[in-house]
Amino acid sequence: MLNAILEVVLILAKIVAIMVPLMLAVAYLTFAERKIIGYMQVRIGPNRVGPRGWLQPIADAVKLVMKEVIVPTNSNRFLFIIAPMLSIGPALAAWAVIPFDAGVVLADVDAGLLYILALTSMGVYGVIIAGWAANSKYAFLGAMRSAAQIVAYEIAMGFALVGVLMGAGSLNLTDIVLAQNGSLIHWFWLPMLPLFIIYFISGVAETNRAPFDVAEGESEIVAGFHVEYSGTTFAVFFLAEYANMIMIAALTALLFAGGWLSPFQGIPFLEAAFAWVPGIFWLLAKISFFLFFFLWFRATFPRYRYDQIMRLGWKVFIPLTIVWLVVVGVAIMAELGPWFD
Amino acid sequence: MSFEKFVFWVFALILVFAAFRVITVRNPVHAALHLVLAFFTSAGLWMLMEAEFLAITLVLVYVGAVMVLFLFVVMMLDINVSPLKEGFISYLPVGATVAGLIIFEMAMLVGDRYFGLDKVAAPIARPADYSNTRELGSVLYTQYVYPFEIAAVILLVAIIAAIALTMRRREGTKHQDPAKQVLVKRNDRLKIIKMDAEKGE
Repeated sequence: MLNAILEVVLILAKIVAIMVPLMLAVAYLTFAERKIIGYMQVRIGPNRVGPRGWLQPIADAVKLVMKEVIVPTNSNRFLFIIAPMLSIGPALAAWAVIPFDAGVVLADVDAGLLYILALTSMGVYGVIIAGWAANSKYAFLGAMRSAAQIVAYEIAMGFALVGVLMGAGSLNLTDIVLAQNGSLIHWFWLPMLPLFIIYFISGVAETNRAPFDVAEGESEIVAGFHVEYSGTTFAVFFLAEYANMIMIAALTALLFAGGWLSPFQGIPFLEAAFAWVPGIFWLLAKISFFLFFFLWFRATFPRYRYDQIMRLGWKVFIPLTIVWLVVVGVAIMAELGPWFD
Repeated sequence: MSFEKFVFWVFALILVFAAFRVITVRNPVHAALHLVLAFFTSAGLWMLMEAEFLAITLVLVYVGAVMVLFLFVVMMLDINVSPLKEGFISYLPVGATVAGLIIFEMAMLVGDRYFGLDKVAAPIARPADYSNTRELGSVLYTQYVYPFEIAAVILLVAIIAAIALTMRRREGTKHQDPAKQVLVKRNDRLKIIKMDAEKGE
Protein backbone atom coordinates (compact mmCIF):
# COMPACT_ATOMS: atom_id res chain seq x y z
CA MET A 1 0.00 0.00 0.00
CA LEU A 2 2.77 2.38 1.01
CA ASN A 3 4.63 1.57 -2.20
CA ALA A 4 1.55 2.35 -4.28
CA ILE A 5 1.14 5.73 -2.56
CA LEU A 6 4.83 6.45 -3.08
CA GLU A 7 4.51 5.62 -6.75
CA VAL A 8 1.54 7.96 -7.14
CA VAL A 9 3.43 10.74 -5.34
CA LEU A 10 6.43 10.19 -7.60
CA ILE A 11 4.27 10.42 -10.74
CA LEU A 12 2.61 13.57 -9.42
CA ALA A 13 6.02 15.09 -8.75
CA LYS A 14 7.06 14.29 -12.33
CA ILE A 15 3.89 15.88 -13.67
CA VAL A 16 4.61 19.03 -11.65
CA ALA A 17 8.19 18.97 -12.94
CA ILE A 18 6.84 19.06 -16.51
CA MET A 19 3.90 21.41 -15.96
CA VAL A 20 5.61 24.24 -14.06
CA PRO A 21 8.34 24.82 -16.66
CA LEU A 22 5.72 24.44 -19.40
CA MET A 23 3.51 27.14 -17.88
CA LEU A 24 6.51 29.42 -17.46
CA ALA A 25 7.50 28.72 -21.05
CA VAL A 26 3.98 29.62 -22.20
CA ALA A 27 4.13 32.90 -20.24
CA TYR A 28 7.51 33.86 -21.67
CA LEU A 29 6.59 32.66 -25.16
CA THR A 30 3.92 35.38 -25.22
CA PHE A 31 6.59 37.85 -24.13
CA ALA A 32 9.02 36.57 -26.77
CA GLU A 33 6.30 36.81 -29.38
CA ARG A 34 5.55 40.44 -28.59
CA LYS A 35 9.25 41.35 -28.43
CA ILE A 36 10.28 39.49 -31.60
CA ILE A 37 7.36 40.75 -33.66
CA GLY A 38 8.06 44.17 -32.22
CA TYR A 39 11.63 44.16 -33.44
CA MET A 40 10.54 42.75 -36.80
CA GLN A 41 8.23 45.75 -37.13
CA VAL A 42 10.96 48.16 -35.99
CA ARG A 43 9.51 48.95 -32.58
CA ILE A 44 10.55 47.90 -29.11
CA GLY A 45 7.60 45.93 -27.81
CA PRO A 46 6.61 45.72 -24.12
CA ASN A 47 9.28 47.44 -22.01
CA ARG A 48 7.43 49.00 -19.05
CA VAL A 49 6.72 46.26 -16.49
CA GLY A 50 9.87 45.21 -14.69
CA PRO A 51 13.39 45.56 -16.08
CA ARG A 52 13.11 45.76 -19.89
CA GLY A 53 9.56 44.44 -19.69
CA TRP A 54 10.51 41.05 -18.27
CA LEU A 55 7.58 40.99 -15.82
CA GLN A 56 5.00 41.76 -18.53
CA PRO A 57 3.65 38.16 -18.85
CA ILE A 58 3.22 37.95 -15.05
CA ALA A 59 1.28 41.22 -15.07
CA ASP A 60 -0.87 39.96 -17.96
CA ALA A 61 -1.64 36.71 -16.15
CA VAL A 62 -2.58 38.55 -12.93
CA LYS A 63 -4.80 40.93 -14.88
CA LEU A 64 -6.62 38.11 -16.68
CA VAL A 65 -7.21 36.14 -13.48
CA MET A 66 -8.60 39.18 -11.65
CA LYS A 67 -11.14 39.95 -14.39
CA GLU A 68 -14.74 38.90 -14.21
CA VAL A 69 -15.86 35.82 -16.13
CA ILE A 70 -18.96 36.84 -18.07
CA VAL A 71 -21.36 34.12 -19.17
CA PRO A 72 -23.68 35.32 -21.96
CA THR A 73 -27.42 35.17 -21.14
CA ASN A 74 -28.56 32.77 -23.84
CA SER A 75 -25.48 30.57 -23.76
CA ASN A 76 -25.31 27.00 -22.59
CA ARG A 77 -23.71 27.59 -19.21
CA PHE A 78 -22.26 24.14 -18.60
CA LEU A 79 -20.72 23.73 -22.06
CA PHE A 80 -19.53 27.35 -22.02
CA ILE A 81 -17.51 26.75 -18.86
CA ILE A 82 -16.28 23.27 -19.80
CA ALA A 83 -15.04 24.27 -23.31
CA PRO A 84 -11.76 25.90 -22.19
CA MET A 85 -11.04 22.86 -20.03
CA LEU A 86 -11.58 20.57 -23.02
CA SER A 87 -9.13 22.76 -24.86
CA ILE A 88 -6.34 22.71 -22.29
CA GLY A 89 -6.78 19.07 -21.17
CA PRO A 90 -5.46 17.38 -24.33
CA ALA A 91 -2.83 20.10 -24.80
CA LEU A 92 -1.30 19.21 -21.41
CA ALA A 93 -1.98 15.45 -21.45
CA ALA A 94 0.01 15.01 -24.65
CA TRP A 95 3.19 15.99 -22.76
CA ALA A 96 3.06 12.69 -20.86
CA VAL A 97 4.82 10.79 -23.64
CA ILE A 98 7.35 13.44 -24.70
CA PRO A 99 10.91 12.23 -23.92
CA PHE A 100 13.28 15.01 -22.84
CA ASP A 101 16.39 12.86 -22.93
CA ALA A 102 17.15 9.15 -23.25
CA GLY A 103 14.82 7.62 -20.66
CA VAL A 104 13.60 10.94 -19.22
CA VAL A 105 9.91 10.57 -19.94
CA LEU A 106 6.79 10.46 -17.78
CA ALA A 107 5.15 7.52 -19.59
CA ASP A 108 7.25 5.44 -21.97
CA VAL A 109 4.22 4.31 -23.97
CA ASP A 110 4.68 1.91 -26.84
CA ALA A 111 2.16 3.69 -29.07
CA GLY A 112 3.31 7.19 -28.08
CA LEU A 113 3.04 8.75 -31.52
CA LEU A 114 -0.50 7.47 -31.98
CA TYR A 115 -1.43 8.74 -28.52
CA ILE A 116 -0.22 12.23 -29.37
CA LEU A 117 -2.07 12.23 -32.67
CA ALA A 118 -5.28 11.14 -30.93
CA LEU A 119 -4.95 13.78 -28.20
CA THR A 120 -4.15 16.66 -30.53
CA SER A 121 -7.18 15.72 -32.60
CA MET A 122 -9.34 16.06 -29.48
CA GLY A 123 -8.31 19.67 -28.88
CA VAL A 124 -10.78 20.80 -31.54
CA TYR A 125 -13.71 20.00 -29.24
CA GLY A 126 -12.82 22.90 -27.00
CA VAL A 127 -13.05 25.24 -29.98
CA ILE A 128 -16.25 23.75 -31.42
CA ILE A 129 -18.07 23.61 -28.10
CA ALA A 130 -16.94 27.13 -27.19
CA GLY A 131 -18.26 28.44 -30.49
CA TRP A 132 -21.58 26.68 -30.17
CA ALA A 133 -22.24 27.22 -26.47
CA ALA A 134 -21.64 30.97 -26.63
CA ASN A 135 -24.72 31.36 -28.86
CA SER A 136 -23.09 34.10 -30.88
CA LYS A 137 -22.81 34.20 -34.64
CA TYR A 138 -19.15 35.19 -34.73
CA ALA A 139 -18.15 32.51 -32.28
CA PHE A 140 -20.14 29.96 -34.24
CA LEU A 141 -18.54 30.91 -37.55
CA GLY A 142 -15.12 30.63 -35.94
CA ALA A 143 -15.94 27.18 -34.59
CA MET A 144 -17.15 25.95 -37.98
CA ARG A 145 -14.03 27.23 -39.70
CA SER A 146 -11.80 25.66 -37.11
CA ALA A 147 -13.55 22.28 -37.32
CA ALA A 148 -13.23 22.04 -41.11
CA GLN A 149 -9.64 23.23 -41.03
CA ILE A 150 -8.47 20.86 -38.32
CA VAL A 151 -10.06 17.82 -39.97
CA ALA A 152 -8.38 18.72 -43.26
CA TYR A 153 -4.89 19.23 -41.86
CA GLU A 154 -5.00 16.32 -39.46
CA ILE A 155 -4.99 13.88 -42.37
CA ALA A 156 -1.85 15.41 -43.89
CA MET A 157 -0.29 15.47 -40.42
CA GLY A 158 -1.15 11.81 -39.88
CA PHE A 159 0.38 10.81 -43.20
CA ALA A 160 3.55 12.76 -42.41
CA LEU A 161 3.79 10.84 -39.13
CA VAL A 162 3.30 7.56 -41.00
CA GLY A 163 6.50 8.37 -42.90
CA VAL A 164 8.39 8.81 -39.62
CA LEU A 165 6.87 5.62 -38.28
CA MET A 166 8.03 3.73 -41.38
CA GLY A 167 11.54 5.15 -41.12
CA ALA A 168 11.94 4.44 -37.41
CA GLY A 169 9.97 1.19 -37.36
CA SER A 170 8.39 2.16 -34.04
CA LEU A 171 5.63 4.30 -32.56
CA ASN A 172 7.64 4.92 -29.40
CA LEU A 173 9.04 8.45 -29.38
CA THR A 174 12.30 7.43 -27.66
CA ASP A 175 12.89 4.76 -30.31
CA ILE A 176 12.13 7.26 -33.07
CA VAL A 177 14.80 9.63 -31.76
CA LEU A 178 17.31 6.81 -31.34
CA ALA A 179 16.63 5.69 -34.93
CA GLN A 180 18.02 9.07 -36.04
CA ASN A 181 21.28 8.53 -34.15
CA GLY A 182 24.45 9.18 -36.14
CA SER A 183 24.87 12.73 -37.29
CA LEU A 184 22.96 15.74 -38.49
CA ILE A 185 22.56 13.99 -41.85
CA HIS A 186 20.97 10.97 -40.16
CA TRP A 187 18.06 12.96 -38.80
CA PHE A 188 14.78 12.40 -40.59
CA TRP A 189 14.48 15.94 -41.89
CA LEU A 190 16.63 15.05 -44.89
CA PRO A 191 15.09 11.80 -46.22
CA MET A 192 11.61 13.09 -45.36
CA LEU A 193 12.02 16.73 -46.28
CA PRO A 194 8.54 17.13 -47.86
CA LEU A 195 6.92 15.35 -44.90
CA PHE A 196 8.89 17.53 -42.49
CA ILE A 197 7.74 20.74 -44.17
CA ILE A 198 4.15 19.53 -44.49
CA TYR A 199 4.11 18.41 -40.87
CA PHE A 200 5.30 21.76 -39.63
CA ILE A 201 2.90 23.78 -41.79
CA SER A 202 0.03 21.49 -40.79
CA GLY A 203 1.08 22.01 -37.19
CA VAL A 204 0.80 25.77 -37.66
CA ALA A 205 -2.65 25.25 -39.19
CA GLU A 206 -3.69 22.83 -36.44
CA THR A 207 -2.81 25.31 -33.68
CA ASN A 208 -4.83 28.03 -35.47
CA ARG A 209 -1.83 30.29 -35.75
CA ALA A 210 -1.21 32.93 -38.38
CA PRO A 211 -1.41 32.69 -41.38
CA PHE A 212 -4.03 29.98 -40.72
CA ASP A 213 -5.83 31.81 -37.91
CA VAL A 214 -9.18 32.20 -39.66
CA ALA A 215 -10.89 30.63 -36.61
CA GLU A 216 -10.24 33.88 -34.77
CA GLY A 217 -9.73 36.21 -37.71
CA GLU A 218 -10.29 39.50 -35.94
CA SER A 219 -10.88 41.55 -39.07
CA GLU A 220 -13.80 39.31 -40.13
CA ILE A 221 -15.36 37.65 -37.10
CA VAL A 222 -14.11 39.79 -34.18
CA ALA A 223 -12.21 37.10 -32.26
CA GLY A 224 -13.83 33.94 -33.56
CA PHE A 225 -14.65 31.12 -31.18
CA HIS A 226 -13.54 32.94 -28.00
CA VAL A 227 -15.32 36.19 -28.69
CA GLU A 228 -17.55 35.84 -25.61
CA TYR A 229 -14.85 34.65 -23.25
CA SER A 230 -13.26 36.88 -20.65
CA GLY A 231 -10.97 36.65 -17.65
CA THR A 232 -9.73 33.21 -16.62
CA THR A 233 -11.73 31.30 -19.23
CA PHE A 234 -10.08 33.32 -21.98
CA ALA A 235 -6.69 32.87 -20.32
CA VAL A 236 -7.18 29.09 -20.44
CA PHE A 237 -7.82 29.18 -24.19
CA PHE A 238 -4.74 31.31 -24.58
CA LEU A 239 -2.70 28.88 -22.50
CA ALA A 240 -3.93 25.94 -24.57
CA GLU A 241 -2.99 27.62 -27.84
CA TYR A 242 0.56 28.36 -26.69
CA ALA A 243 0.99 24.94 -25.05
CA ASN A 244 -0.05 23.40 -28.38
CA MET A 245 2.50 25.54 -30.20
CA ILE A 246 5.29 24.34 -27.92
CA MET A 247 3.97 20.80 -28.37
CA ILE A 248 4.14 21.00 -32.18
CA ALA A 249 7.65 22.49 -31.98
CA ALA A 250 8.74 19.73 -29.58
CA LEU A 251 7.28 17.03 -31.82
CA THR A 252 8.96 18.47 -34.90
CA ALA A 253 12.25 18.49 -33.00
CA LEU A 254 11.77 14.90 -31.84
CA LEU A 255 10.50 13.40 -35.07
CA PHE A 256 12.51 15.21 -37.71
CA ALA A 257 15.41 16.95 -35.99
CA GLY A 258 16.90 14.26 -33.79
CA GLY A 259 15.34 15.25 -30.45
CA TRP A 260 18.01 15.45 -27.78
CA LEU A 261 20.82 14.27 -30.08
CA SER A 262 23.69 16.70 -30.49
CA PRO A 263 23.95 18.40 -33.90
CA PHE A 264 27.75 17.95 -33.69
CA GLN A 265 27.54 14.17 -33.61
CA GLY A 266 29.88 12.51 -36.06
CA ILE A 267 31.99 15.65 -36.61
CA PRO A 268 35.57 14.82 -35.47
CA PHE A 269 36.56 17.62 -33.05
CA LEU A 270 33.28 19.35 -32.32
CA GLU A 271 31.64 16.16 -31.07
CA ALA A 272 34.19 15.77 -28.29
CA ALA A 273 34.19 19.49 -27.57
CA PHE A 274 30.41 19.55 -27.03
CA ALA A 275 30.07 16.12 -25.38
CA TRP A 276 29.52 17.72 -21.95
CA VAL A 277 26.32 19.49 -23.03
CA PRO A 278 23.28 17.60 -21.67
CA GLY A 279 20.82 16.27 -24.27
CA ILE A 280 17.92 18.30 -22.91
CA PHE A 281 19.77 21.48 -23.87
CA TRP A 282 19.81 20.44 -27.53
CA LEU A 283 16.13 19.50 -27.39
CA LEU A 284 15.18 22.86 -25.86
CA ALA A 285 17.33 24.68 -28.40
CA LYS A 286 15.57 22.87 -31.25
CA ILE A 287 12.15 23.58 -29.73
CA SER A 288 13.04 27.26 -29.47
CA PHE A 289 14.25 27.24 -33.06
CA PHE A 290 10.93 25.88 -34.34
CA LEU A 291 8.94 28.18 -32.05
CA PHE A 292 10.74 31.11 -33.60
CA PHE A 293 9.27 30.06 -36.95
CA PHE A 294 5.76 30.34 -35.52
CA LEU A 295 6.44 33.95 -34.55
CA TRP A 296 8.26 34.71 -37.76
CA PHE A 297 5.32 33.42 -39.84
CA ARG A 298 2.97 35.62 -37.90
CA ALA A 299 5.04 38.72 -38.59
CA THR A 300 5.54 37.87 -42.26
CA PHE A 301 2.47 36.34 -43.90
CA PRO A 302 -0.98 37.83 -44.38
CA ARG A 303 -3.93 35.64 -43.42
CA TYR A 304 -4.89 32.95 -45.91
CA ARG A 305 -8.27 33.13 -47.56
CA TYR A 306 -10.48 30.30 -46.33
CA ASP A 307 -10.89 28.43 -49.63
CA GLN A 308 -7.13 28.63 -50.17
CA ILE A 309 -6.56 26.96 -46.81
CA MET A 310 -8.90 24.15 -47.76
CA ARG A 311 -7.29 23.77 -51.16
CA LEU A 312 -3.80 23.64 -49.67
CA GLY A 313 -4.81 20.99 -47.15
CA TRP A 314 -6.84 18.67 -49.35
CA LYS A 315 -5.42 19.14 -52.84
CA VAL A 316 -1.73 19.84 -52.18
CA PHE A 317 -0.62 18.38 -48.87
CA ILE A 318 -2.49 15.08 -48.84
CA PRO A 319 -1.44 13.98 -52.37
CA LEU A 320 2.15 15.10 -51.67
CA THR A 321 2.38 13.09 -48.45
CA ILE A 322 0.96 9.98 -50.14
CA VAL A 323 3.52 10.24 -52.95
CA TRP A 324 6.36 10.71 -50.47
CA LEU A 325 5.20 7.71 -48.41
CA VAL A 326 5.76 5.57 -51.51
CA VAL A 327 9.20 7.15 -51.96
CA VAL A 328 10.10 6.39 -48.32
CA GLY A 329 8.81 2.84 -48.75
CA VAL A 330 11.02 2.30 -51.80
CA ALA A 331 14.01 3.83 -49.97
CA ILE A 332 13.47 1.47 -47.03
CA MET A 333 13.16 -1.58 -49.29
CA ALA A 334 16.30 -0.50 -51.18
CA GLU A 335 18.04 0.00 -47.79
CA LEU A 336 19.16 3.42 -48.87
CA GLY A 337 22.02 4.71 -46.74
CA PRO A 338 22.77 6.30 -44.40
CA TRP A 339 19.21 6.27 -43.06
CA PHE A 340 17.68 2.90 -43.75
CA ASP A 341 20.64 0.50 -43.87
CA MET B 1 -11.98 -4.62 -5.45
CA SER B 2 -8.80 -4.26 -7.43
CA PHE B 3 -7.84 -0.97 -9.04
CA GLU B 4 -8.47 -2.30 -12.55
CA LYS B 5 -11.96 -3.39 -11.61
CA PHE B 6 -12.63 0.03 -10.12
CA VAL B 7 -11.50 1.70 -13.35
CA PHE B 8 -13.64 -0.71 -15.34
CA TRP B 9 -16.74 0.13 -13.32
CA VAL B 10 -16.16 3.86 -13.60
CA PHE B 11 -15.76 3.66 -17.38
CA ALA B 12 -18.62 1.19 -17.80
CA LEU B 13 -21.06 3.32 -15.79
CA ILE B 14 -20.12 6.48 -17.69
CA LEU B 15 -20.43 4.57 -20.97
CA VAL B 16 -23.92 3.26 -20.19
CA PHE B 17 -25.03 6.66 -18.93
CA ALA B 18 -23.66 8.44 -22.05
CA ALA B 19 -25.19 5.88 -24.42
CA PHE B 20 -28.55 6.26 -22.67
CA ARG B 21 -28.37 10.04 -22.91
CA VAL B 22 -27.60 9.87 -26.64
CA ILE B 23 -31.15 8.63 -27.30
CA THR B 24 -33.02 10.45 -24.53
CA VAL B 25 -31.60 13.96 -24.65
CA ARG B 26 -33.67 16.56 -26.53
CA ASN B 27 -30.95 18.68 -28.08
CA PRO B 28 -29.19 16.95 -31.04
CA VAL B 29 -25.89 18.69 -30.24
CA HIS B 30 -26.00 17.32 -26.70
CA ALA B 31 -26.78 13.89 -28.12
CA ALA B 32 -23.71 14.07 -30.38
CA LEU B 33 -21.54 15.20 -27.46
CA HIS B 34 -22.77 12.29 -25.36
CA LEU B 35 -21.87 9.99 -28.24
CA VAL B 36 -18.35 11.45 -28.12
CA LEU B 37 -18.23 10.66 -24.40
CA ALA B 38 -19.45 7.12 -25.11
CA PHE B 39 -16.70 6.57 -27.70
CA PHE B 40 -14.09 7.94 -25.36
CA THR B 41 -15.07 5.75 -22.41
CA SER B 42 -15.27 2.65 -24.59
CA ALA B 43 -11.73 3.47 -25.75
CA GLY B 44 -10.82 3.48 -22.06
CA LEU B 45 -12.37 0.02 -21.67
CA TRP B 46 -10.41 -1.28 -24.66
CA MET B 47 -7.28 0.12 -23.10
CA LEU B 48 -8.01 -1.97 -20.01
CA MET B 49 -8.10 -5.03 -22.28
CA GLU B 50 -4.57 -4.14 -23.46
CA ALA B 51 -5.80 -3.33 -26.96
CA GLU B 52 -4.04 0.03 -26.96
CA PHE B 53 -3.80 0.33 -30.73
CA LEU B 54 -7.54 -0.15 -31.22
CA ALA B 55 -8.35 2.11 -28.27
CA ILE B 56 -6.23 4.99 -29.55
CA THR B 57 -7.45 4.48 -33.11
CA LEU B 58 -11.04 4.65 -31.85
CA VAL B 59 -10.30 8.02 -30.28
CA LEU B 60 -8.35 9.21 -33.31
CA VAL B 61 -10.88 8.20 -35.95
CA TYR B 62 -14.26 8.43 -34.24
CA VAL B 63 -13.71 11.12 -31.63
CA GLY B 64 -11.15 13.13 -33.57
CA ALA B 65 -12.63 13.04 -37.06
CA VAL B 66 -16.03 11.39 -37.53
CA MET B 67 -17.76 13.07 -34.60
CA VAL B 68 -16.26 16.46 -35.47
CA LEU B 69 -17.92 16.22 -38.89
CA PHE B 70 -21.08 14.95 -37.22
CA LEU B 71 -21.16 17.93 -34.86
CA PHE B 72 -20.39 20.20 -37.78
CA VAL B 73 -23.57 19.07 -39.53
CA VAL B 74 -25.77 18.80 -36.44
CA MET B 75 -24.86 22.31 -35.25
CA MET B 76 -25.94 23.79 -38.56
CA LEU B 77 -29.29 22.00 -38.60
CA ASP B 78 -32.27 23.91 -37.37
CA ILE B 79 -34.30 21.03 -36.03
CA ASN B 80 -37.74 21.77 -34.72
CA VAL B 81 -38.31 18.99 -32.20
CA SER B 82 -42.08 19.29 -31.71
CA PRO B 83 -43.26 17.76 -35.05
CA LEU B 84 -40.95 14.81 -34.43
CA LYS B 85 -42.84 14.01 -31.26
CA GLU B 86 -46.28 13.98 -32.87
CA GLY B 87 -48.00 10.60 -32.95
CA PHE B 88 -45.85 9.18 -30.18
CA ILE B 89 -48.79 7.23 -28.71
CA SER B 90 -49.99 5.80 -32.02
CA TYR B 91 -46.54 4.48 -32.93
CA LEU B 92 -45.85 3.23 -29.42
CA PRO B 93 -47.24 -0.35 -29.82
CA VAL B 94 -45.21 -1.05 -32.97
CA GLY B 95 -42.07 0.53 -31.54
CA ALA B 96 -42.40 -1.28 -28.23
CA THR B 97 -42.88 -4.62 -30.04
CA VAL B 98 -39.77 -4.12 -32.18
CA ALA B 99 -37.72 -2.99 -29.17
CA GLY B 100 -38.92 -6.01 -27.15
CA LEU B 101 -38.02 -8.38 -30.01
CA ILE B 102 -34.54 -6.95 -30.34
CA ILE B 103 -33.93 -7.16 -26.59
CA PHE B 104 -35.13 -10.79 -26.65
CA GLU B 105 -32.87 -11.71 -29.57
CA MET B 106 -29.86 -10.05 -28.00
CA ALA B 107 -30.52 -11.73 -24.69
CA MET B 108 -30.59 -15.09 -26.50
CA LEU B 109 -27.25 -14.46 -28.18
CA VAL B 110 -25.25 -12.37 -25.76
CA GLY B 111 -25.78 -14.37 -22.61
CA ASP B 112 -24.08 -16.82 -20.31
CA ARG B 113 -24.58 -19.59 -22.84
CA TYR B 114 -21.95 -18.29 -25.25
CA PHE B 115 -20.10 -15.58 -23.39
CA GLY B 116 -20.11 -16.93 -19.81
CA LEU B 117 -16.98 -16.81 -17.70
CA ASP B 118 -16.57 -20.58 -18.13
CA LYS B 119 -16.81 -20.30 -21.92
CA VAL B 120 -14.27 -17.56 -22.54
CA ALA B 121 -10.80 -17.96 -21.09
CA ALA B 122 -9.38 -15.00 -19.19
CA PRO B 123 -6.86 -13.13 -21.36
CA ILE B 124 -3.21 -13.59 -20.43
CA ALA B 125 -1.57 -10.41 -19.15
CA ARG B 126 1.21 -9.46 -21.55
CA PRO B 127 4.63 -8.12 -20.51
CA ALA B 128 5.28 -4.40 -20.79
CA ASP B 129 7.35 -4.67 -23.99
CA TYR B 130 4.59 -6.48 -25.86
CA SER B 131 3.64 -4.34 -28.87
CA ASN B 132 -0.02 -4.62 -29.67
CA THR B 133 0.46 -2.53 -32.82
CA ARG B 134 3.20 -4.75 -34.23
CA GLU B 135 1.20 -7.95 -33.59
CA LEU B 136 -1.89 -6.52 -35.22
CA GLY B 137 0.10 -5.36 -38.24
CA SER B 138 1.86 -8.65 -38.75
CA VAL B 139 -1.42 -10.60 -38.68
CA LEU B 140 -3.24 -8.06 -40.85
CA TYR B 141 -0.61 -8.09 -43.58
CA THR B 142 0.08 -11.83 -43.67
CA GLN B 143 -2.80 -14.04 -42.63
CA TYR B 144 -5.61 -11.62 -43.45
CA VAL B 145 -4.02 -9.67 -46.28
CA TYR B 146 -6.73 -10.48 -48.86
CA PRO B 147 -9.76 -9.62 -46.70
CA PHE B 148 -7.91 -6.49 -45.60
CA GLU B 149 -7.16 -5.37 -49.16
CA ILE B 150 -10.70 -6.19 -50.32
CA ALA B 151 -12.14 -4.11 -47.49
CA ALA B 152 -9.85 -1.25 -48.50
CA VAL B 153 -10.99 -1.46 -52.13
CA ILE B 154 -14.65 -1.52 -51.09
CA LEU B 155 -14.08 1.58 -48.97
CA LEU B 156 -12.34 3.30 -51.87
CA VAL B 157 -15.28 2.51 -54.15
CA ALA B 158 -17.63 3.90 -51.50
CA ILE B 159 -15.61 7.11 -51.28
CA ILE B 160 -15.61 7.56 -55.05
CA ALA B 161 -19.33 6.81 -55.22
CA ALA B 162 -20.12 9.30 -52.45
CA ILE B 163 -18.09 12.01 -54.16
CA ALA B 164 -19.59 11.20 -57.58
CA LEU B 165 -23.12 11.39 -56.13
CA THR B 166 -22.61 14.79 -54.54
CA MET B 167 -20.46 16.37 -57.27
CA ARG B 168 -22.80 18.39 -59.42
CA ARG B 169 -21.73 21.19 -61.65
CA ARG B 170 -24.41 23.78 -61.34
CA GLU B 171 -24.82 26.47 -63.93
CA GLY B 172 -24.12 30.02 -62.94
CA THR B 173 -22.03 29.42 -59.82
CA LYS B 174 -19.15 31.78 -59.31
CA HIS B 175 -16.32 29.33 -59.11
CA GLN B 176 -12.84 30.46 -58.13
CA ASP B 177 -9.69 28.76 -59.30
CA PRO B 178 -6.90 29.61 -56.83
CA ALA B 179 -4.27 28.14 -59.14
CA LYS B 180 -5.21 30.71 -61.75
CA GLN B 181 -5.55 33.44 -59.16
CA VAL B 182 -2.03 33.09 -57.85
CA LEU B 183 -0.62 33.21 -61.40
CA VAL B 184 -2.20 36.58 -62.12
CA LYS B 185 0.34 39.25 -63.10
CA ARG B 186 -0.02 42.97 -62.69
CA ASN B 187 -0.42 43.51 -66.43
CA ASP B 188 -3.51 41.23 -66.57
CA ARG B 189 -5.47 43.39 -64.18
CA LEU B 190 -4.00 46.82 -64.17
CA LYS B 191 -3.64 49.33 -66.96
CA ILE B 192 -1.69 52.53 -66.40
CA ILE B 193 -3.01 55.36 -68.49
CA LYS B 194 -1.16 58.58 -69.03
CA MET B 195 -3.42 61.60 -68.85
CA ASP B 196 -3.03 65.29 -68.43
CA ALA B 197 -3.81 66.85 -65.11
CA GLU B 198 -7.35 68.26 -65.01
CA LYS B 199 -8.09 71.79 -64.08
CA GLY B 200 -10.01 72.26 -60.86
CA GLU B 201 -13.37 74.07 -60.93
